[in-house]
Order: sequence, then C-alpha cells, then structure tokens
Amino acid sequence: MTAALLTVSSLSKRFGGLVAVKNVSFDVAAGEITGLLGPNGSGKTTVLNMISGSFKPSAGAIELAGARLSGLPAHKIAALGVARTFQLVRILPSLTVAENVLAALAFRRERLWGVEAKERADALLEEVGLSGRGRESAADLTYIDQKRMELARALAAEPRLLLLDEWLAGLNPGELRVGIDLIAGLREKGVTILLVEHVMEAVRALCGRAVVMNAGVKIAEGNTAKVLENPEVVQAYLGGEDA
Amino acid sequence: MMKGAFVWAIFALTLAVLAAAPFFLEAYGLGLLIGLLGYVTLASAWGLFSGRTGYVSLATVAFFGVGAYAVAALNEVLPYPLVLLVAALAGLGLALAVGLSTLRLAGVYFVIFTFGLAELVRQLVTWYEINVTGTLGRYIFMDLGPEHIYWQLLALAAATLFITWRIDRSRLGLALRVIADDEVVAAHLGIDLARTKLALFALSSVIVTLVGAIQAPRWTYIEPAIVFNPTVSFLTLVMALLGGASRLWGPALGAVPLFLLFEWLSANFPNHYSILLGLLFIAIVFALPKGVFAFAEMHLKTRGGEKRIVPVEAESKP
Repeated sequence: MTAALLTVSSLSKRFGGLVAVKNVSFDVAAGEITGLLGPNGSGKTTVLNMISGSFKPSAGAIELAGARLSGLPAHKIAALGVARTFQLVRILPSLTVAENVLAALAFRRERLWGVEAKERADALLEEVGLSGRGRESAADLTYIDQKRMELARALAAEPRLLLLDEWLAGLNPGELRVGIDLIAGLREKGVTILLVEHVMEAVRALCGRAVVMNAGVKIAEGNTAKVLENPEVVQAYLGGEDA
Repeated sequence: MMKGAFVWAIFALTLAVLAAAPFFLEAYGLGLLIGLLGYVTLASAWGLFSGRTGYVSLATVAFFGVGAYAVAALNEVLPYPLVLLVAALAGLGLALAVGLSTLRLAGVYFVIFTFGLAELVRQLVTWYEINVTGTLGRYIFMDLGPEHIYWQLLALAAATLFITWRIDRSRLGLALRVIADDEVVAAHLGIDLARTKLALFALSSVIVTLVGAIQAPRWTYIEPAIVFNPTVSFLTLVMALLGGASRLWGPALGAVPLFLLFEWLSANFPNHYSILLGLLFIAIVFALPKGVFAFAEMHLKTRGGEKRIVPVEAESKP
C-alpha cells in the first residue's frame, strides 16, 4: 500500500449535546479511491465537511501529506489542494457553465486567468461530457449536467484530494454508468478520491478500500468486498433494532 | 471590438464636454453640477461595494464627513495634495477598522451597525470639538474656485467608474459574483471571503471620503450636523438602488434624475421635503427593487418575443 495522503485521527464533532462524529480515525492512500460508507445520519457528510473546512472539528486532527488541515478556514484548505462536490449540488446559478469552472481556475494555488483559463475550462467541460456548453446559463442545466459541471469545477482546482459527496445519487441507470466511468477515469489519472456514496454498485466498482460508519463511529475499515461482508456492517445497513 | 471602441469614444467625449462646462456655465449651473457629480460619485462608490456584495451600508456619511473634517482641520497646516492624501488615509483607516470588526455581520445587523457608526463618528467629533477645540464649527478658507472643485470631482467620478469597470472584468469581480451566488462554494474554491469584502469596502470608503474632502471648501463653514447628516447616506443608497446598484452605470443613472428632483423639491417644498423624500424612497424600493436597468431589460426582452427569462431560483439565494 502506498503512503497515506490524508490522515484523520480521533476526529469528533459535537453539535450542542449531539455527538455527530465520535473518535473517528482512518487514512486515505494516495492515488486510490476510498469509500466512506454508512446509513443515513451516520456522520459521513459531517466528516467530509470537517475535511473541507465547512465545519471545525470539536476534537482530533486532519492532515494532508503532513500539513494540518483541522482548524483552518475552507479557503486555506482549498489552497492546500482539497476540492469537493456537495451532497445537494451547489452551482453558481447566475454564472455561465464556463464561468463556474473559471472561478475555480482563478482561485486555485496556481492561478489561471485570461485566454489560457478559458481554454482549460473548455477542456475540463469536455472531459466531463459538457463540451461546447460553456456559454449556457448554469441554472438552465439538467440535474446530471449540473453534477457534471460541479465535478469539472472541482477538477479545475487540480486537487491532491477530491471529496465527492453522493455525487452519483439521483442518477438513472444509464447516467450512473456514465458517472462511474467518469470517476474511474479520474483514478486512471492518479487523482486521490474520498467518496461518500450509497449506490453499492458504484462503491463495488470504484472503491478499493472502504471505511464504514454508523451512528457517528467507525465500525469497519479495509478492503471493500470484505468490509461489506462484515456482519456489523450488514447489521447497520439492514437494521437490527428498527427494521 | 468595434463596440468597445465606440463606447470608449463616447466616454471620452462626454468627459471632455463635462470638463469644458465651467467655461460656459454660470455660478448656479456649476454649483448644481458639483452637487450632481458629488452624488454620482457617492452612488457609484456605494454600488461598488454594496451593489456587488449585498452588504447594505448606511455609513456613507461617516466617511464623507471624515473627509470634510480632515480638510477643515488640516487645510492651514499642510499643502492641499497632502491634505487630500491624509483624508484618504483617514478614510482607509476607519474603513479597515470597521470592516475587520463588522464584515462578519450579515444582513440587517450590518445595516444597523453602519447607521450607528455614522452617528457615533458624528457624536465623537462633536464631543471633541466642544471639549477640546472649544468651538463647534470650523471655517475653511481656501484658494480654490468652484471650477477647481468641479474638475477634481469629475476626475474622481471618472476614476471611480473606470476602477469599477476594471474590477468587474478582473478576478476580484469574478470572486464577488461567486460570493454573491454562494459563499460556501466561494470559500471552497479558495476565495478569501473576508479579505475580498474588506478590500472592496476600503476602496469604496476611500472614494466616499475623497468626495467629502473635495467638496469641503465649497461650504466655507462646516459643523458635524452638516457634514454628518444621515440624509446623505439615504440619498446615496436610494440613488444607487434606483439605477441598479450592481451595474457599472446604474448608480450614476439613478443619481442624475434624483439629484435634480431633490433640488427642485427642496427649493419648492422646503417644509415638506422630508416627507416627500420618504415617500419617494418607499416608491422606489417597491416599484423598482432591482433598478431601472433591470426593469427596462426585463420589459424589452418580453416585448421583443425573445424569451430569456431568468429562473426565480437564480434570483433568490438561501
């Protein structure tokens, strides 16, 4: 196994009296796709939000290749090479499709602006299947195309770590196939990805390793196929107490 | 490109005609133009920050008054260009202090704070003048004719519009549009929200300070109640809103008719001026919440048959 790019240690998050994430530790290896799994409300998105800087951790540490992320504001974490998509797609509705991507290019570590940036944005849109659509209004795109654009925007940052929060949710079977191929293509290019996902077909196809959470704690970690056979994981997904 | 050159030519020509105005106008006309240019600049500077960030500021007069007081306090001590520089620096210092402490406030809290700030600065200056200087008012005797004041204001107005035009095309302009759409996405793209807003607030405030400083010699006598009059903040705001605060020419377009209207109202209905002003404010906010530019565009488009209706989601942000 290659060296860990992302190290999460003893991470906790409390909202008032509610403990959303409790003492969670795991690693994400460079160049791999790691799945962060678990039933609804298990704290996966909260973990992602702490890595990207949306929330500050209540306790614990997050490091990217030795640089501490925990405690930093989101824009500094972005500058260190973390990009993400959002559980509920977040487009910039008053901008065009190309401008959505340009915005990421203009503010990443190695700034790109002007003609060069426009060309790069067009290339990125082509990569996610939106070639020639740059001038359209982002608000007019269909749901799948908004997701594609959001991915192009995240890729524009040339992140060392890409966080995908249920990027495949809500797609029809045909779109899902396309979406899985798109993410697999990113792995070929060496992008390290941590993805939160409920679509098991995608998890099996994409993730070499998986971390499973339930009720805020980590219950399993390791090879995806083995983890999904783990009785505790099956119990968490199919429900023991209230099914 | 042709269109661009054409617009520049019009801009240069208008500037030339306006610059020549003092040679043809009498004192009253020039005085009117000075007041008009003052508000065109104030409204444009207001739109530069508030129109692009959505932070509604009522602190305009705080900076305007600081500029005027800097000139009143220093005009006999320092050469004029240095006086302007010190005024600008005072405005910058106040803007940074206020910005650092308040730009984290959102929505109505920011509005209330900025309104309070203007009052606070006025009370502080009043207290200082009474207790330290021993007199409330100050006289400004300077060797500047109205045409000099006019030319300075014209240059400042042109510079304000030019800077705004440049910003709208720059990375900063894109950052502002991203922030206006979604602050969470903006931060995750690497945009430093606090610094971006602070930079714009400081720039806008320095311009406002300079308007106050340049106009100060015209009054000859100033006191806090004159140069810190909150009506200046309200007029500026409503002018920018009328024209469309987020557009380059919007605030200027709103300032011209409203300034002339206010002049006429204050000359003909001096006793009912405030009431009429209030009614007008309400009418503008209700009838043209996004400004005349947006209003005209919407109507031209629906009439032209070319349907390009902006979806409602794009207008409202969470």
